[in-house]
Amino acid sequence: MADFKLKIRRFDPESAEPAYWADFDVDLPPERSVLDGILQVKDREDASIAIRCSCRAAICGSCGVRINGRSALACNTRIGDAAERGRDGVVTVEPMGNMPVIKDLVTDMEAVHWKKVRRIVPWLVPAEDPPEGQEYIVPAEAMLDVTQAMACIHCGVCVSACLSMEVDPEFIGPAALAKAYRFVGDPRDGEEEARLKDLAEDPHGIYDCTHCFACVEVCPKDVAPMNQIMRLRRRATGDYGIKDQNNGYGHEKAFVEIVERWGTNHEAQLLPRSFGNGSLVRGQLSPSGAKQLTKELPTAIRGLKSGKVAPKKVFFHPKLPDQKQVQRIYHEIESHDERIELNLYIVGELGEDEESA
Amino acid sequence: MPQHDVLVIGAGLAGQRAALAAAEAGASVGIISKVHPVRSHSNAAQGGINAALDPQDSWESHAFDTVKGSDYLGDQDAIEIMCREAPNELLTLEHLGVTFHRDETGHLGKRAFGGASAARTYYVADITGQAILHVLYEQLMKFEEVTRYEEWFSTALVQDDDGRIAGVVTRNIRDGAMELFAAKAVILATGGNGQIYDPTTNALICTGDGIAMAYRIGAPLMDMEMIQYHPTTLAGLGLLITEGARGEGAHLYNAEGERFMEKYAPNKMELASRDVVSRAEQTEINDGRGFPDGTVALDITVVPRKRIHEALREIVNVGRDFAGVDITREPIHIKPGNHYVMGGIHTDVHGRTPIPGLYAAGECACVSVHGGNRLGANSLLDTLVFGRRSGEHAAEAVRGMGMPEPSRSSMQDEERGIQDIVNRDGTGRRVSELKAELGETMDKYVAVFRDEDGLNTALEIVRRLKEEAQNVAIDDKGTVFNQDVLGALELQFMLDNAEAIVISAIERKESRGAQYRTDYPERNDDEWLKHINVSANGAEPELSYSEVTMTQWEPQERTY
Repeated sequence: MADFKLKIRRFDPESAEPAYWADFDVDLPPERSVLDGILQVKDREDASIAIRCSCRAAICGSCGVRINGRSALACNTRIGDAAERGRDGVVTVEPMGNMPVIKDLVTDMEAVHWKKVRRIVPWLVPAEDPPEGQEYIVPAEAMLDVTQAMACIHCGVCVSACLSMEVDPEFIGPAALAKAYRFVGDPRDGEEEARLKDLAEDPHGIYDCTHCFACVEVCPKDVAPMNQIMRLRRRATGDYGIKDQNNGYGHEKAFVEIVERWGTNHEAQLLPRSFGNGSLVRGQLSPSGAKQLTKELPTAIRGLKSGKVAPKKVFFHPKLPDQKQVQRIYHEIESHDERIELNLYIVGELGEDEESA
Repeated sequence: MPQHDVLVIGAGLAGQRAALAAAEAGASVGIISKVHPVRSHSNAAQGGINAALDPQDSWESHAFDTVKGSDYLGDQDAIEIMCREAPNELLTLEHLGVTFHRDETGHLGKRAFGGASAARTYYVADITGQAILHVLYEQLMKFEEVTRYEEWFSTALVQDDDGRIAGVVTRNIRDGAMELFAAKAVILATGGNGQIYDPTTNALICTGDGIAMAYRIGAPLMDMEMIQYHPTTLAGLGLLITEGARGEGAHLYNAEGERFMEKYAPNKMELASRDVVSRAEQTEINDGRGFPDGTVALDITVVPRKRIHEALREIVNVGRDFAGVDITREPIHIKPGNHYVMGGIHTDVHGRTPIPGLYAAGECACVSVHGGNRLGANSLLDTLVFGRRSGEHAAEAVRGMGMPEPSRSSMQDEERGIQDIVNRDGTGRRVSELKAELGETMDKYVAVFRDEDGLNTALEIVRRLKEEAQNVAIDDKGTVFNQDVLGALELQFMLDNAEAIVISAIERKESRGAQYRTDYPERNDDEWLKHINVSANGAEPELSYSEVTMTQWEPQERTY
């Protein structure tokens, strides 16, 4: 047994008081969970602390909170580990972010998360009527492929951690978009292209993700929501060539082409190419590209002022010394007929392939 | 007052399936759950769902395995229905979008499970329950005809003057407001009662609410003594390691390195039925051949790593996060732990209870398809087949019926009851203390091995706890998300469940299925091939018997 200090963010909507911190001591072996700690406080000292919890095994997805500022499930975070990471050994627990707080550690998931889930048409729209008296015949890999997204328990931990959503609360977000992949990647669904178009055109859709990995880091079920979003993008651009009003298509094309040519990002060409669906010329000469470029002029000037874009580099961007190597990577990837997608249900933990072989 | 033709309480697999079936049959449907539907404990069903879909297999074979698994206490008419309808139910789920595992031809793939004579368990990795639950919830979001009441806590069923069901009293957890629902039919799908045991694989929400609510208005509870201990749970925490692990080939060893199932079930070995494997493990542990922490070892390392990753991924996580063990490299210590109640509210094959208008389905119900012991992967099937049947039947039965007007006084009674709890002076014991004492008592005396003395001790304690629960102290006086007051109500539900279990276990003076009486170690078909029913009749529970329905399988000696 060991003593741990828990600092819990309390909020009682029925009082006139703002939220405050309350300190508690708990007595638990270090391998037990933060949830066990909170439950011990409820059991012994103060049962008025509100937290949703049920399965204690990271299956039901009820107990999403922030522990020492990091979004996580309370039930699969060891209290000993949390104490090591906490300031002065104190484990702080507060409600998830990006969602309104109802009471103490309980947030309003309906107002945020579930609303976003309903936004993505969250049910299978079969391409054809089910075969009489039997199942749809689909490749085994396709089912394993969507199982990773299916493993999402809708705990909201990624929503809480999402930096894009902090800036744009309307962002559909990591969990709902991962669920979208579950249908897009399902060969039984008939709306793949329509779904992709919808999510690409929505200004709060797949191109609203900033690729920051926060959701991947915090997801307790290894769903890797950002990876699912990137797969939606690859399907939208690579498979369907969906050119969207958010310039997501152009931006991705611009990046790929710039890096292929120079090995590093050519800041001065990124915007014009993005506005021209990847083409530098179209980005500067087409009416819509020129209009958008003019709008972004202040950004460019800020870039010049801050030194992010050097005037010399605008016209001459150096290639990497071993640019040939970069091009060989491109060649290697493009020589495959199919995209190789990593999926934990197929490959196990990353990097253990050689070991198990 | 919200009103619906059919009101479903509980939104796990049975409840959601019932709601969808009733809505498809044209009824106006409401579904109430004390948690968000995807938090329901059906999530925890890992291994899969049984169905004789393969042309090489037959529903009769599935049915016989189930009858034998039940130790001949299952009602064979109900078992036949379940096994006949299993393939269609499975296909319905697949068509709705469940991402079932496929074999290399693209057809549904299956795995072996305990007590089964053929591999007929269909699955999604080891998250089968979760995958089905989420797909049903997708359908609920799609069917706007079904009104969802998420995070509403039901406290009591309301009858009209003739005894017909008229509605339900609930409390909106979000703001503490009491609400009276009117309904022509109510389907209880509130799940099991594992929380009366400690440890248990069951979630904190599994407090037997529906079983107690039905019991309180006179519905008989059947087979309540039949409590399943799952053979592979983590010591201490009670978390579940799926039977799918043994289905994929994992072995059990005692501390002496002996694969002990050879002694108890030489043919089926680790894949004997759960009561048999749990008893074998407990015998090894009791006889001193277990590990010092009171466990035996489950060795999953014999399963190829690639297969573990695609089929047992959740167990890798559970081992890593909750036991600090990498199951792909070393054995994990496990023991039998409380898992499932075979008994419940007695229903017919349409889910009807003897109370007009009241239905029950899933773990809270007892049709009885599981009898003395449930086979792994038959519980998902039970929830879906009988959930659907209840929904369909209820929708048909209430067509053209007028909306009942449940009396407001029933709600006022419940409101007063809650106010009394909130207003208490706080001199009583805490909810958590009573719950801990109950859990410890049940796990000590009403577990794998039972005897008269222990059961009598348990009954005494449960009855004292019932008294004490009347004066239990709570801290939270508020209305918003007051989980404390709900805990006090759940405690009372749990104690009603516990009392019914203990008196049924005392009554059955034989060993059958999950009930093993060391003072009556043999099965006794002459006297005890019958169901025990418990009904509330004023203050004292009343016991009665009902016949086991036999169709084509006479009781035989049961070996694996």
